[in-house]
Amino acid sequence: MSSSDNSISQLFEKTLSGERRSLGKLLTVIEQGGERADIVAGLAHQKAGNAHVIGITGAPGSGKSTLTGRLIERILKAGKSPAILAVDPSSPLTGGAILGDRIRMDDLAGDGSFIRSMATRGHSGGLALAVPAAIQLFDAAQYNPVIVETVGVGQVEVEVAGTADTTVVVVTPGMGDAVQANKAGLLEVADVFVVNKADRPGANDTRRDLDLMLDLGHLSGLEEMTGYRPPIIMANSLEGTGAEEILEAIENHANHLEKSGSFLIRQKQRTLMEIQNRLELLIGSSAKDVLQSDTGKAILLDVLERSISPAEAAKSIANFIIKEAP
Amino acid sequence: MSDRQYRVILAKLGLDGHDRGIKVVARILRDAGMEVIYLGLRQTTSSIIAAAEEEDADAIGLSMHNAGHLTLGPKMVEAITDAGLDLPLIIGGIVPDEDSEELKKLGVAAVLGPGASAQEVASTVRDAISTRD
Repeated sequence: MSSSDNSISQLFEKTLSGERRSLGKLLTVIEQGGERADIVAGLAHQKAGNAHVIGITGAPGSGKSTLTGRLIERILKAGKSPAILAVDPSSPLTGGAILGDRIRMDDLAGDGSFIRSMATRGHSGGLALAVPAAIQLFDAAQYNPVIVETVGVGQVEVEVAGTADTTVVVVTPGMGDAVQANKAGLLEVADVFVVNKADRPGANDTRRDLDLMLDLGHLSGLEEMTGYRPPIIMANSLEGTGAEEILEAIENHANHLEKSGSFLIRQKQRTLMEIQNRLELLIGSSAKDVLQSDTGKAILLDVLERSISPAEAAKSIANFIIKEAP
Repeated sequence: MSDRQYRVILAKLGLDGHDRGIKVVARILRDAGMEVIYLGLRQTTSSIIAAAEEEDADAIGLSMHNAGHLTLGPKMVEAITDAGLDLPLIIGGIVPDEDSEELKKLGVAAVLGPGASAQEVASTVRDAISTRD
């Protein structure tokens, strides 16, 4: 145990001094989860807090990775060192994954940027811990901005992207009408909208639908409350058009966060969510332990015999966990 | 730590556009429970090394259908050694048997040809990694 502690702190020192391979190895430790991952996350937490975190999300095939590639080119040209965390789904059946985001970010590897692919790995909540830890590790290693790219499906993925400092939501023409745009969910977390593949038919309709949705936010008072209206940017990632405008919009949003004090609010929210996620995982795993213990089996029998309800069973197990806690 | 998640980089090195095989292999490895970091066409030894470092890969798989394996294979081995990485290189594609022996002598961990079964592909990759653990 202590020898692995040592190797982790050595890897962390090397990471801070800019050694890419050590950073790669620590990201693996974070992905694997558990005690060792917590140590890395703790070290990173102490040094983090400087990077602007950008979330990029949208439906599969909407062009997120290609767009990210375009943004990185320009960020590098501006003399900054971006890190990219590209999250792709694992197969729920085999646990395997094909992580193909890098091919859209060709020729960027090793040029001052750092790209890491991460699979969701099935285990619920794992991603919710690994992503914030990875972001803080990039941050500690002086990468700025840190871009997190996730598929905008699934609660955790939306949550992860939605808790970035600036969230970019990528949509494409033909994804539904104005009613879809008004539904709650992904579109709500957007700070910047990108209508990608804007050369396709229907791109202007999509823009109009988004605009209408934002107008309704104006009517309902949401816009007044936040003092911010997300811009809609038309883009074509393949040709690279729109990339400048997107970076500008991200910059504007960062300024808005700074001026309005929302930056600290978001940071607080993000931290709170991280603590809550960790807490839920901890409690969840002790709940599983209790369920598998003799106490749990006895309670299960009571429920099966209909002498108590599932809700009562859950309450008595919760009480048991609280009493047993150190 | 033998049940850890294997991460494998798959790439085509240099000018070689035949990517049907590498896509099939990517799918085979995915279905065998591995994480495949797919780099695709026209990679260079340095782009592959950079990806291997950033992704903390356990193995590199190269697909070769341009008869360049005796030139590019050793170059990739050399690049891995120069970078100080300790991971196996596996070559798949069209490689004559005698060349396959030559490649192994030069440090390529395994060579997979046409007709290799899905099981053979997966177990070759797994064995190449686990012998280094």
